[in-house]
Amino acid sequence: MIAVDEFCASHNIEISFISSLHQSGLIEITTIKNSGFIEADQLRQLEKYIRLYYELDINLEGIETIDHLLLHINSMQDEIRSLRNRLRLYETGE
Amino acid sequence: MDYVDYYKLLGIEKTATQKDIKSAYRKLARKYHPDLNPNDKDAKRKFQQINEANEVLSDTGKRKKYDQYGKDWQHSDQFEKQQQYQNQASEASRSRSTRTQSDGDFSDFFESLFGGASSGYSRSRQVKYRGEDYTAEVHLELTDAYKTHKQTLNVNGEKIRITVPGGIENGQTIKIAGHGGKGINGGPDGDLYITFSIANHPGIKRLGNDLFTTVDLDLYLAVLGGEKTIDTLDGKVKLKIKPETQNGSKVKLKNKGFPVYKNEGQFGDLFITYKIKIPTNLTEKQKALFKQLSES
Repeated sequence: MIAVDEFCASHNIEISFISSLHQSGLIEITTIKNSGFIEADQLRQLEKYIRLYYELDINLEGIETIDHLLLHINSMQDEIRSLRNRLRLYETGE
Repeated sequence: MDYVDYYKLLGIEKTATQKDIKSAYRKLARKYHPDLNPNDKDAKRKFQQINEANEVLSDTGKRKKYDQYGKDWQHSDQFEKQQQYQNQASEASRSRSTRTQSDGDFSDFFESLFGGASSGYSRSRQVKYRGEDYTAEVHLELTDAYKTHKQTLNVNGEKIRITVPGGIENGQTIKIAGHGGKGINGGPDGDLYITFSIANHPGIKRLGNDLFTTVDLDLYLAVLGGEKTIDTLDGKVKLKIKPETQNGSKVKLKNKGFPVYKNEGQFGDLFITYKIKIPTNLTEKQKALFKQLSES
């Protein structure tokens, strides 16, 4: 786990942004002795949100929508992979 | 190496202001950013192009050089030498600015004109970023994917030895943590994502953990029954053929299929379809015997 304030300092971002992501349900924050911590496995996702917000100027509502749509895309890509593999069963000549 | 029209890439006029450039870049970045286009190599390439265009046009000095020498980029070295004396002091004091996670691949044209990426994104703050994630594709035969094995990959000049778990699926991607691009401003290194492409095997089809194959039986074996040894991915298997086996009938060999990914000792099933071969080039005696059978 990494402390929220430490993460914000190293990424030079406002703590309020992390709080907003947490309030929107986009990330989980664990509170220990009044200090907020982020699980390491969330860092990749969190850094993506930072890029969307600071670099592409996408607001929080936009990030929520994108997150939802990306889940759909990933799910569909998995399904396509599975269907392609199933299709190989009926293909001949390879 | 072709001339790259950065203005055209961003869809702006040569008279565009910095505000126009920023706006055009943001609009295109929102469309092609790798975060918004997972597993889309075309979008990634396009994003790298517009990132490069922004790198040049949003920097007044680079833009001036590009406007002046862009089409005659071959002569930019002479320009560079002339400018070197004037810029030495300012170059030395220029700090490295932040770079977006996905930049890094600049065109030969850019490298020729500017000598590589010295700075990147338009953000002004020093931010630690994970390095770029790398992707690679590994082609395997079905027999390779059957057993857990070690394989050495060459990724961007670095040799990486990985363990490929038996049962990996066609199109499946695994992550090798920390083997991507170097972290930026002290951030952690990126990851390496390897996607496996598994070739079809002649005679054996795979669906999930189950395998499907066809076994030829001669007519006499199908009618009278007996034994037949076949080759499977796990070696030879002796089949018991029931008398009066019908053409197209199927049998299932439990646990003789593909290994279940990361579940040691667990296997799918092997489904066999029998294809009965009718004898050819019969002798007169054999024909007579068949006739006798058909009349009995």
